[in-house]
Amino acid sequence: MLTAVIALAALALLAAFGLAIAARVFAVPHNPKADEIEEVLPGANCGACALPGCAELARRIAEGKADIDACPVGGESAAHTIAAIMGMEFEGGAEREVALVLCKGSDQVAAKRFFYNGIYDCNSAVLVFGGDKACTYGCLGLGTCAGVCLFGAIDMVPGGLAVVDPEKCTGCAQCVAACPKGIIKMVPASRKLHILCSSHDKGGVARKHCKVACIGCMKCVKAAPEGAITMDNFLAVVDYSFEIPAEVAAECPMNTIIVTGDAAGACEEPAAAAGGDA
Amino acid sequence: MGSGRFFGGVHPSYNKGLADSSAIVEMPLPERLVVFFAQNLGVPSQPVVKKGDEVKKGQVIAEAGGFVSTPVHAPTSGTIGSIDIYPSPVGVDAPAAVLVPDGKDEWFEGCNVERSSEGLGVKKIKEMIHDKGIVGMGGATFPTHVKLSPLAEKKMDLLVINGAECEPYLTADHRLMVEHAEGIRDGASLFATVIGVRNVVVAIEKNKPDAIEVMCKAVVGCQGFSVEAMDVIYPQGAEKQLIYTLTKRKVPAGGLPMDVGVLVQNVGTALAAYEAVRYNRPLIQRVVTVTGSGIREPKNVLARVGTRFEDLVKFCGGLEGDAAKCINGGPMMGVAQYSLDAAVTKGTSGLVILRQEEVTQFVSDACIRCARCLEVCPMKLNPSALSIFIEKMRFEDANEYNVMDCIECGCCAYVCPSRRPMVHHFRRAKAEVRKLQRKTG
Amino acid sequence: MARKDLEVLLEDNMEGKTPEEKPAAEPTHEKPAPRPGPRPKKAEVGPRFVVSSSPHMHDGRTVSQIMRFVIIALAPAALYSIYIFGLDALRVILISTASAMIFEAISQKIMKRPVALRDSSAALTGLLLAMNLPSTSPWWLIVVGNFFAIVIAKQLYGGLGYNPFNPALVGRVVLLISFPVHMTARWVTASRFGTDAVTTATPLSQMKESLATLGHIDIAFGREEIFDLLIGNRAGCLGETSVILLALGGLFLIWKRVISWRIPVMFIGAVWAMTGIFHLFDPAHYIDPSFHVITGGLFIGAIFMATDYVTSPVTKKGMLIFGAGCGIITVLIRLWGAYPEGVSFAILLMNAATPLIDRYTKPRVFGAVDTKAAA
Ligand code: SF4
Ligand code: SF4
Ligand code: SF4
Ligand code: SF4
Repeated sequence: MLTAVIALAALALLAAFGLAIAARVFAVPHNPKADEIEEVLPGANCGACALPGCAELARRIAEGKADIDACPVGGESAAHTIAAIMGMEFEGGAEREVALVLCKGSDQVAAKRFFYNGIYDCNSAVLVFGGDKACTYGCLGLGTCAGVCLFGAIDMVPGGLAVVDPEKCTGCAQCVAACPKGIIKMVPASRKLHILCSSHDKGGVARKHCKVACIGCMKCVKAAPEGAITMDNFLAVVDYSFEIPAEVAAECPMNTIIVTGDAAGACEEPAAAAGGDA
Repeated sequence: MGSGRFFGGVHPSYNKGLADSSAIVEMPLPERLVVFFAQNLGVPSQPVVKKGDEVKKGQVIAEAGGFVSTPVHAPTSGTIGSIDIYPSPVGVDAPAAVLVPDGKDEWFEGCNVERSSEGLGVKKIKEMIHDKGIVGMGGATFPTHVKLSPLAEKKMDLLVINGAECEPYLTADHRLMVEHAEGIRDGASLFATVIGVRNVVVAIEKNKPDAIEVMCKAVVGCQGFSVEAMDVIYPQGAEKQLIYTLTKRKVPAGGLPMDVGVLVQNVGTALAAYEAVRYNRPLIQRVVTVTGSGIREPKNVLARVGTRFEDLVKFCGGLEGDAAKCINGGPMMGVAQYSLDAAVTKGTSGLVILRQEEVTQFVSDACIRCARCLEVCPMKLNPSALSIFIEKMRFEDANEYNVMDCIECGCCAYVCPSRRPMVHHFRRAKAEVRKLQRKTG
Repeated sequence: MARKDLEVLLEDNMEGKTPEEKPAAEPTHEKPAPRPGPRPKKAEVGPRFVVSSSPHMHDGRTVSQIMRFVIIALAPAALYSIYIFGLDALRVILISTASAMIFEAISQKIMKRPVALRDSSAALTGLLLAMNLPSTSPWWLIVVGNFFAIVIAKQLYGGLGYNPFNPALVGRVVLLISFPVHMTARWVTASRFGTDAVTTATPLSQMKESLATLGHIDIAFGREEIFDLLIGNRAGCLGETSVILLALGGLFLIWKRVISWRIPVMFIGAVWAMTGIFHLFDPAHYIDPSFHVITGGLFIGAIFMATDYVTSPVTKKGMLIFGAGCGIITVLIRLWGAYPEGVSFAILLMNAATPLIDRYTKPRVFGAVDTKAAA
């Protein structure tokens, strides 16, 4: 027994020694700035910057090959710190964007065409007739997006619908790429009014498929400022460059439009939007 | 040429007794027909009719969209009611013409006239087969004229007429062989002429002794023809496995039967080709086995292309109360339908309706590595490893393990004690691998 | 918070309706299907059919069925052990099986996995471990062994299908290392009911003993001894004893296509061949190969432990390599190792090599070989 323990310990020591030597021998010359920057980066290696990892981005920023705000996850605060490290000025970049699932049709309101039996994964489910939802545009609710989100920002609400928590969402857009239905969009975090539907079906059909579908009645279009909501093939679409008053949501006969609280999570605007929904 | 045996395979319960002794019955014209424009694998056909057009039986309603494409013909005379998107029996919803029959069933000019097939040139025969919209009727719906045009450098030496019908439940080809052996034989000789081969084998599984007998009689005195009785094992009728059984030749992975000098055609295709050339009849109807415990009176129905499943089911006595799954094709490779609104296409070999207690539920339990799937996979893949890779979204690894060679026969899922949705995984992986390949060029 | 708002809205949408738990048309199955969602009550387009990818048939075999077959195959040997070791054996079997199942249920509960006692895999693990314990094992020893087998070796790795090592063997080996006295020093010979149990050594340790003390092998191995060994009239773990009954169980499993012949045959064959070679050259120090084959845990190991699905290769070639590897390592340990018996260690070592073996024995896809067609 004892000899075995000693032998194992010796082996471990030997290996550790070998590793230490290897680390010395194969060490790569490091840019101290890169190390500092890497400290600032979130370290999630999420790929949102389209590079293989945070370390790589840090190296590129340090070498001036990437922008100081190239990490959408770290956002402005990271950019500011990195600017300080690099001895640069950060003027503030584009507005923070978060993901939004443009569907509100959980199982309670949206009809099904069949009983799906198969892999619990949206990309697989679309392979059989495009999914079990009667509405062929809607969220399949199998949570593929939630699976790829490294930040746990997507919740699957009971009844099968993906909902993004804008406070946790870092805007890495991994979920956008993962969703086979293409119904996740990046929207400015400061905007509060959303039309949660992606169905281009004609009103009657859409209504039959889902109780909260956009039926293309154009009431919201008329109520909103000119051009802020437009019709795209029987679907009302928000142009997020406009600020749309919360009252518009009340116009929707289908309860498709929602007004969220202060989505940016900057907590400057308490309760103002909370009562927005009728 | 002995009866060899390919690797793997399974012995599902065939349940062919439900319909194998009932003669083919022609179904009366339904109230409306839904004819899909995309009836073949490859390029979809281009519609040439519009709403309100009057058409005659056999008139072209969609033209071939390219070389790998065939025209579609009106299955009866009547009016085009509308053109819209309908649930297609093979997957995604697709555009189709609704044809309201006028009841006269009048042939388009020139169709259905007997003429001699003697002395027709190869080119002419191929042209007729193309013009009459003949596609592979075993289910793949690959345009027949394309298959009949093997690359010049491939030396073809064998034509196989596939009457294996290894899919459980289905009996359409079986009845066709029993009732139309001569037509099949003559169609086969047309094919043989076109590709210039002398040897023709009609391959039939041993569980159809009457078909073997009739076919044997029909080919008596035909030079080069023979009938081969094959062991009953699924997927005996899959092209690569069939060729191996008959000739011991291995179609190279990723290759085609013509790479080993063989052409395989389904018995139904042979008959359709014969009728196209001999009687100038386009492919507008086919035999569909409507069967399964979920249907009251299982039958082999001669149905027009475009017959809605709803009407087919009605013709066969309707559904049993707890019918829970409706499959276009056989239960091993067929496509489960979500509604009976879909309609018969040129590739619909059967409509199998299963009751609730027969429906297998996939549960995606962990693979227990029992290796049963490796034992049965006729392509000698490692489905276990593949499915595990795919679950972890490791599609490159799946590709390395040859997922693209999977023929989706379903043997692995059939035996998997963990009820893993194997074929579903492989479909997914194939789609992803194709995406990857497109990306990398 | 935004998400809360949305959830409230979603609840609004429900209008007080709670979705039905199970849709009426959902076919029942032992386990819940991957969410064939609840059926919307007032939906105008109601689902009717089950839709899944092909195939739509199944041969009906389930995991629990397979496990049950293995238990059935083990039953004769287990019953026989009760016959020869008396009620003590029954006690070991019962405690072991029960504690395995309890540990399984508890850990599945804690790890929030569906409790799947019905797949019988825990019961089988417990039984297998019992078969690998001496009949004198105290209850706590059995429980500790099962704890390691089920909780550490199986559930912590992710449950059935994910464990890299054979759970029952992990249990046994942990006990062997931690409590060598209990595991190897207290053997009773086969006693039958009524006769006195005599403390003795297993044939393998007798062999090692004589080799160590006398310098050569000096144990009787005649027809009578062979017969005794074959029917299991000897000291050892519960399940090691009756070679004949174990072999019968193995044949049953092969007949039922639960296991393939490859691993057991290669395993036993390798042990026989290797010890045979040594015996040929130096019979004074190396005993007859048949002795090696029918003593110790070789049969139960080769038939029931090495063939464990999860931890053995899936490819045919892999199984052959795995079996041979197990055999070779067993012999190495038996002849030169510190322990008299090497089957468990051998299998565990080969378990570790399984992923590698599978990788390098990837079957060649049909048609990958050649195009040398031309009839
Ligand atoms: S949003 Fe897309 S990926 Fe997410 S659950 Fe819905 S369908 Fe699936
Ligand atoms: S919700 Fe989407 S965009 Fe937001 S962090 Fe998650 S994956 Fe990235
Ligand atoms: S479906 Fe594919 S992997 Fe499965 S047995 Fe058939 S060919 Fe093999
Ligand atoms: S049959 Fe199923 S459980 Fe067995 S090895 Fe294959 S995938 Fe795994």
